[in-house]
Amino acid sequence: MTEQKSPCCTESNPGFIELDAYIDSLKIDPIDPERKEKLIMTLHKAQSIFGYLPAEVQKFIANRFAVSHAHVSGVISFYNYFTTTPKGKTKISICMGTACYVNGANKILQDFENALGIKAGQVTPDGRFSIETLRCVGACVLAPVVLVNDHVYGKVKQGQAEKIIEEYLVEYGEKVEEQ
Amino acid sequence: MSTRIENFEQLRQKYEECKRLVEVRADPDYDGDKKFILVCGGPGCVSLKSLQLVENFEKLIKEHGLENKVQASISGCFGFCEKGPLVNIFPENIFYVQVKPEDAKDIFEQHILNNKVVDRLVYIEPVSQKSMTDSLEMPFYKRQMRIALRNCGLIDPEIVEEYLGVGGYQSLAKVITQMTPEEAIEIMKRSGLGGRGGAGFSTGRKWEFGRMYKGDRKYVICNADEGDPGAFMDRAIMEGDAHSVIEGMAIAAYCIGADQGYVYIRAEYPQAVKRLQIAIDAARKLGLLGKNILGTGFNFDVDVRLGAGAFVCGEETALIQSIQGNRGEPTTKPPFPAERGLWQKPTVVNNVETLANVPVIFEKGPEWFAQIGTENSKGTKVFALAGKVNNVGLVEVPMGTTLRQLIFEIGGGVRDGGKFKAAQSGGPSGGCIPEQFLDTPIDYQSLSKIGSMMGSGGMIVMSDSDCMVNIARFYLEFVVEESCGRCVPCRIGTKRMLEILTDITKGKGTLDTLAELQSLAETIPDTALCGLGQTAPNPVLSTLRYFMDEYKAHVEEKRCPAGVCTDLLHYEILPEKCIGCTSCARGCPVNCISGSPKQTHVIDQEKCIKCGNCLQKCRFGAVIRK
Ligand SMILES: Cc1cc2nc3c(=O)[nH]c(=O)nc-3n(C[C@H](O)[C@H](O)[C@H](O)COP(=O)(O)O)c2cc1C
Ligand code: SF4
Ligand code: SF4
Ligand code: SF4
Ligand code: FES
Repeated sequence: MTEQKSPCCTESNPGFIELDAYIDSLKIDPIDPERKEKLIMTLHKAQSIFGYLPAEVQKFIANRFAVSHAHVSGVISFYNYFTTTPKGKTKISICMGTACYVNGANKILQDFENALGIKAGQVTPDGRFSIETLRCVGACVLAPVVLVNDHVYGKVKQGQAEKIIEEYLVEYGEKVEEQ
Repeated sequence: MSTRIENFEQLRQKYEECKRLVEVRADPDYDGDKKFILVCGGPGCVSLKSLQLVENFEKLIKEHGLENKVQASISGCFGFCEKGPLVNIFPENIFYVQVKPEDAKDIFEQHILNNKVVDRLVYIEPVSQKSMTDSLEMPFYKRQMRIALRNCGLIDPEIVEEYLGVGGYQSLAKVITQMTPEEAIEIMKRSGLGGRGGAGFSTGRKWEFGRMYKGDRKYVICNADEGDPGAFMDRAIMEGDAHSVIEGMAIAAYCIGADQGYVYIRAEYPQAVKRLQIAIDAARKLGLLGKNILGTGFNFDVDVRLGAGAFVCGEETALIQSIQGNRGEPTTKPPFPAERGLWQKPTVVNNVETLANVPVIFEKGPEWFAQIGTENSKGTKVFALAGKVNNVGLVEVPMGTTLRQLIFEIGGGVRDGGKFKAAQSGGPSGGCIPEQFLDTPIDYQSLSKIGSMMGSGGMIVMSDSDCMVNIARFYLEFVVEESCGRCVPCRIGTKRMLEILTDITKGKGTLDTLAELQSLAETIPDTALCGLGQTAPNPVLSTLRYFMDEYKAHVEEKRCPAGVCTDLLHYEILPEKCIGCTSCARGCPVNCISGSPKQTHVIDQEKCIKCGNCLQKCRFGAVIRK
């Protein structure tokens, strides 16, 4: 694993200001037993701001909701969608739902893993790409499906992985280098 | 923009006004001179640039100054995703397939301006080779009956006036102004509608329980978690016709006496979340959600809650835990949610498709609904047809349609010339249905009898190139990852089953472990706490039952007949066929193929990772898989 500098070690990070304002807008009443109803949407919001949910963010949210840090981290660990480690700048997700699987999604995954030299769940050392698998995005008609950030690639063929990766390298203004 | 609708009379007036918006599309007797270009906005078509297509149409309309005569718009999923992007032109009802953004020009110039059908974009039925312009003629649509999907592919889901124009919210108005909750529940019971989330439990009876239990607050929850990996029915309904779901929820709320509703939707469906929110906002503005709806004193509002990627949260008690901001672990039933649900209050949980059916039942009457389907399963069912089938897409058929009709007539059979091996319904809780049961009618009872289940509507077709042992392993792996871990049989038992299955696919299975697999699969259902564990062995049980010879081939002969399990395969180059073109060597990810140009190539079996690239690369049939 590569050590990434946590972008949010201090609460002066503008992300916290945004998160704080968001929680304000929810009007949490710290003694209302039903306040936790808004916890999961707050975690979604926080993850969209910071990209992941490090301990500082968890504690911040626990504080604002007047619940224990243990509760917040317990919830986060239960749901696959939440992550406590940073993902790559370009997030490649390979659908492993049934429709994609029977259409060869595991081979597509291997392609991406080979092309980037990392396994599913890992981030490239430069922090640029990460690979993960997910379960059905409801685009099964396009199986096998690969999501790059929010962009859907359908009917992905073996051998297409490198081309897709190149598109994003170009987007970063990088020259594509042959290995 | 839109002002509040104060009473039923005003809603009726609004309907008359809005009807004009959709008349070119929805009124079969329309005889005006307007034209309507409807483009499919389903997930498949959108990723094939259908939004660009609409923009192109709009540009052309503007350029020709025809804004008052021709309109182009996007709608929910038409269903025939295989042939997307799809376009339908009204009033003449001409259906175009595989339309690219640049085809807008031809359609506009030939069809719209000169009334000439663009032949090259017309669907050609592959068997008869006949071209067909009317979708209802096509084998894909012929047997279908669209009730839950009635507005998908008809109206623009982001414009509430279009929903009002096809009679939207009239059923809600009728119920809350003219019926007591008891009368409305009676109608639901008479319709015979059963829950589309999988179990088929009578919706009317569920509401009756919800009404019966007392509480100072009650809730209605729409289950939009759609966890079955390979299914997209609920997504299509929410993206294509969110108002139907909201209207169904409001009717449910009136019946049980709830004033708050939640839609629990998976975070993986951002577009559906967006459309749903637009619909809720629009309904609030019109006073169709909120306080004192249509001046009746009935209050009801809906909020959206996002899931976070846990399959078990589709289970209703886990879902409730999740809305409450907890880990989504199921709780024991009873008490059922109808008695003690969200915040311990009476709560009715219904699936998206169930709720989308509700307004139609009040519009056309319970008798009309009950005459569709079979003795015990009424109405229609939406299926997401996917896997190795020619026509992938979204289909809605009357209950009682056979699997053969679904897969071969509507689905057009197995793709790439493969041979049908099994259909899998019900996702990780369902089973694999072999060829001998293709004539089984689709209803709740018949599918259970043959070891599968209706489930929420995922239907995956598998061919002779799919290994059933591996498929069983695939589902078990899913279950192991998704088990919440609360009870031992599910947590430990499924893990052990997965180990055994993995061993079998690696050629390490024995007849003893096979017997252990069978016995685990038989005992877990009785001891697991929730539906996930109780049904988890189904994919294993059904494949053991119908595909035992495939298991035996793996165990006794260490052979994978479908050629899928990599540990039981190897790749070889036939010297007599290899011409040394080097193509395979260049495509090998681990560089384990050696040989000079024009010389026979050889695979280093030690290093080969069995990716199969070389087999695909060789154009001379020199690479074989054994
Ligand atoms: C593991 C598991 C997952 C489930 N997933 C869903 C789902 O994704 N969508 C759904 O509507 N029902 C799902 N259900 C069924 C729900 O528990 C519940 O029965 C259903 O939402 C009730 O609505 P209905 O009566 O309208 O079908 C699931 C059940 C289990 C046991
Ligand atoms: S059966 Fe499985 S998913 Fe259900 S409660 Fe038990 S451990 Fe959790
Ligand atoms: S199967 Fe893959 S790894 Fe093995 S020789 Fe062929 S290309 Fe190379
Ligand atoms: S691609 Fe086929 S013919 Fe060409 S070198 Fe490889 S095995 Fe020989
Ligand atoms: S299975 Fe991959 S999108 Fe549904």
